[in-house]
Amino acid sequence: MPTEKIRFDWITVALYLFLVFFGWLNIYAACYDENHPEILDFSCQHGKQIIWMGVAFVTALCVILIKPRIFSNIAYIIYGIVVALLVLTLFIGTVTNGGQSWIDFGAFKLQPSEFAKFATALALAKYVGDINTDLKQRQTQLVLSSMVLIPCLLILLQHDTGSALVFTSFLLAFFREGLSPYILIIGATAIILFIAALLVNKFLLIGILALLALGYLFLWLSKRSAKDYWHVGIVFAACCLFTLSVDFAFEHILESHQRDRIYVLLGKIEDPTGVGYNVDQAKIAIGSGGLVGKGFLNGTITKADFVPEQETDFIFCTVGEEWGFVGGIVVVAAYVLLLIRLIVLAERQRSTFARFYGYSVASILFFHFFINIGMVLGLVPVIGIPLPFFSYGGSSLIAFTLLLFIFIRQDADRNALF
Amino acid sequence: MSNQYSNRSGIVKIIFLVVGIIFVGRLSMLQIFDKEYKEKAKNQSLRNITQYPARGLMYDRNGELLVYNEAVYDLMVIPRMVKNLDTNYFCQSVGITREDFEERMHKATVYSPYSASIFMKQISKEEFGRWENILYKFKGFYISKRTLRLYSKPIAAHVLGYVGEVNEHDLETKPYYKRGDYIGKSGLEYSYEKELRGIKGKRIMQVDVHNREIGSYMHGQLDTMAVEGMNLYTTLDADLQEYAEKLMANKRGCVVAIEPSTGEVLTLLSAPCYDPNMLVGRIRGQNFVKLNEDISKPLFNRALQAQYPPGSIFKVAQAMVALHLGVITPNTGFVCDKVLGCHNHPSARSVAEAIKMSCNPYFYYTYRRIIQQGKYKNANKDSQYGLTVWRDYMLRFGFGQRLDIDLPNVKAGNIPDTAFYNKWYGKDGWAFRTIYSNSIGQGEVEVVPLQMANLAAIVANRGYYYTPHLVRYYGPDSTRNPLFYEKHETGIEKRYFDIAAQGMYDVVHGAGGTAHKADVPGISVCGKTGTAENYGNDHSVFIAFAPMDNPKIAVAVYVENAQGGGGTWAAPIAGLIIEKYLKGEIERKDVDEYYTNINPCQKLPLTRRVKKPKKR
Repeated sequence: MPTEKIRFDWITVALYLFLVFFGWLNIYAACYDENHPEILDFSCQHGKQIIWMGVAFVTALCVILIKPRIFSNIAYIIYGIVVALLVLTLFIGTVTNGGQSWIDFGAFKLQPSEFAKFATALALAKYVGDINTDLKQRQTQLVLSSMVLIPCLLILLQHDTGSALVFTSFLLAFFREGLSPYILIIGATAIILFIAALLVNKFLLIGILALLALGYLFLWLSKRSAKDYWHVGIVFAACCLFTLSVDFAFEHILESHQRDRIYVLLGKIEDPTGVGYNVDQAKIAIGSGGLVGKGFLNGTITKADFVPEQETDFIFCTVGEEWGFVGGIVVVAAYVLLLIRLIVLAERQRSTFARFYGYSVASILFFHFFINIGMVLGLVPVIGIPLPFFSYGGSSLIAFTLLLFIFIRQDADRNALF
Repeated sequence: MSNQYSNRSGIVKIIFLVVGIIFVGRLSMLQIFDKEYKEKAKNQSLRNITQYPARGLMYDRNGELLVYNEAVYDLMVIPRMVKNLDTNYFCQSVGITREDFEERMHKATVYSPYSASIFMKQISKEEFGRWENILYKFKGFYISKRTLRLYSKPIAAHVLGYVGEVNEHDLETKPYYKRGDYIGKSGLEYSYEKELRGIKGKRIMQVDVHNREIGSYMHGQLDTMAVEGMNLYTTLDADLQEYAEKLMANKRGCVVAIEPSTGEVLTLLSAPCYDPNMLVGRIRGQNFVKLNEDISKPLFNRALQAQYPPGSIFKVAQAMVALHLGVITPNTGFVCDKVLGCHNHPSARSVAEAIKMSCNPYFYYTYRRIIQQGKYKNANKDSQYGLTVWRDYMLRFGFGQRLDIDLPNVKAGNIPDTAFYNKWYGKDGWAFRTIYSNSIGQGEVEVVPLQMANLAAIVANRGYYYTPHLVRYYGPDSTRNPLFYEKHETGIEKRYFDIAAQGMYDVVHGAGGTAHKADVPGISVCGKTGTAENYGNDHSVFIAFAPMDNPKIAVAVYVENAQGGGGTWAAPIAGLIIEKYLKGEIERKDVDEYYTNINPCQKLPLTRRVKKPKKR
């Protein structure tokens, strides 16, 4: 079947283009100055973003022209290069906003952590896709874990917690490949307990947990064996330990600004002028948009620089303010459609490599989408990661384009491979 | 290919979908259901800059400036914008204590952290000049220029009135005003508030996070220009007002002077007078309390609000009504039989003589003829009819009703009607014998001094009046109030008023007249004395007009609780006022000095001030 035609999934490409162009419009609006309305002003962020878009489109074209097989062949090499760059960043990186994650090349700055995501996804896919790999083997699990953890830790060392957290999104891809759902459940339980422990009295919480455990044992289960008692007992004990250690972890592991951000989210700190400022301003900007928004270039809050980082991490504010509820829905819907489309595409892949890579792409994009918009809407603590394709930033746009188009290329060729 | 876990793709899709739905839900909450953020957004990104128009000025009838404005500065603060403030330095520069600072700041923050509120009010130009240059160092503070009302002469406080900050009631009922705005509180400032204030202008500026203006909002489409307040050209004669206030300085009472041919009020005062500048600026509050607690009630405008029994001056009006009704003729005489107490004088053989000598019995009989005309057998019924006719004519003199003067809070006085007496004495319980005190201006008749001055003007005009008013015209178009050009006829023939005028001339000049002290050499002053019976000493009352032919001024003078009747105190004061107005100068310096310095008013008993018993 080598004559099978190459078919691009135009739906995904269209959604990608929509997000990039709509994103640019909002960057333009965020930086808009009525005295300097020129679009091609390369000293402004919207001007620069046009260059990045050009670079990104060329990158996408290159990816399409390259034979898809090459990516799986050089996956480890790419991974190696990126890890090397990450190490290098630790030594020669420039410091911006408290994070040391940029390599300065003079004319432009590169953020290796953005590229670490697609490199890790490729390498993991390559490993998982290997016929000899048995995911149930302890050794395999160890190798895969370290492949995720190495870039993750390097990024943590750059004080870029947000980008480091993105690597947890691979759990979703592994979940598809057979990772025990208990890991996800434990993760979710841990988050819930963490929040609950910060909000209510620890001993009250333990009391509730005890009631739940007893209720499960005596009301839910009709027959109880000794094993059940053991299991419930162990889970209960683990939960109690976790609960009691939350304070310690919270005070000693997290940094103070991270603690504040969590407290702001939970409403324990009301400080609209200090640590709660960003989120408060973001909510004001979005809230003031109403149903249909104030209109393109008419946003008063974003235009007046009330929202910090409004063209990067808080770009969704501009959407909310100028395009209103309608614009917000369109953007959210575009992302959800893209994500679901990616899952559909991943499922139709014949190779495990392509499928796992597809899931990785969807997971990474989902994580960014969830954290970024959740943060802007005040649902998630402030974690500085960009909104894919939308936020201003060359490294992020190019890296996400690479990430996505490698998969689109795989998908286009899915029948030709075999 | 192991597709053992392919069913998990559904779970992943559901996770994506759920997050999407949560976001849409949250968006709808923020953007559609919750109004809080829209309000916050408005407050912080747009700054409404109010442009206060200059309040209109006031001039006297000769073009002399009476009321003007001076720039003062309010220090404004937007609490949220205050950052990195060196509080000690700030307090030192502005001249307040640390505690004061905290308190003002707290007040402003409670009002709104996002919008501007007044931090410090009415800073003088000099004071502001001292720290103007360093103000930029204090982020979040800025200066807003306002104007302060000032009065070029310390006169006519009751007429001009004062302005003050709007109160809660104003804010609720008049949407034009915002907290901190000024509004006319009394006098002309109150009556002509709309004309004087102009219309506030508004500029909406977009401001950025540093509170810098970054441009107009919607290209200035919603901006409005301020419209300047209109000037008032009043009828007051500042010189005369000043002189009258000097004469009344150490007395209680009031003076109203009117130009009869137009109804223009030349002078209107209530003594004790006070300097209108006392109620200006930051000192206003404490001065207001001082004036308000003063036992001689300086804030009470006696000229418009004190409802005195008019006393004998009322006899002029009685005579006119009686002549008109034909119940007496100009040559009717009555024996002074002391049916009412009277002083010793020959019996009056005519109306003019009766006015000259102010014979009480004469007017007792006259009033009896008005009230009991013999139309009904029943004395009560007859009196009911007579009273109704009488009252009707009295109303035409402007009594018993509020004169439409352009000042607030004018009182109507009282001309009792049948309902009044029916209520008082029962339906058939009264007749002339019950109400005869009215005949000489006592009893139930009450009049405000403005109405008495108006009576003098009516006689001066020989039968009509124009509503007394204080503003000739206002604004750039010289707008006039047509109400003030309506002639109010009494409907009584001119020839009867000639008799009244003759009688009043004789009061001042004739043998046996009661007010020779009102005589001004070379001027034919016509007047009528009155003594309004009262608790404590009687009030000394005098009305006058001059000259007799072609009168230029009509005046009423009240001196409260002055021993000796109208001829002793009120008459000479009226004479001096007439002299001042008609001659422009006082030639009788000794008379002037004597009446300026003397205080005939009985000291007010201190018991009138009720002290609250202390808690035990």
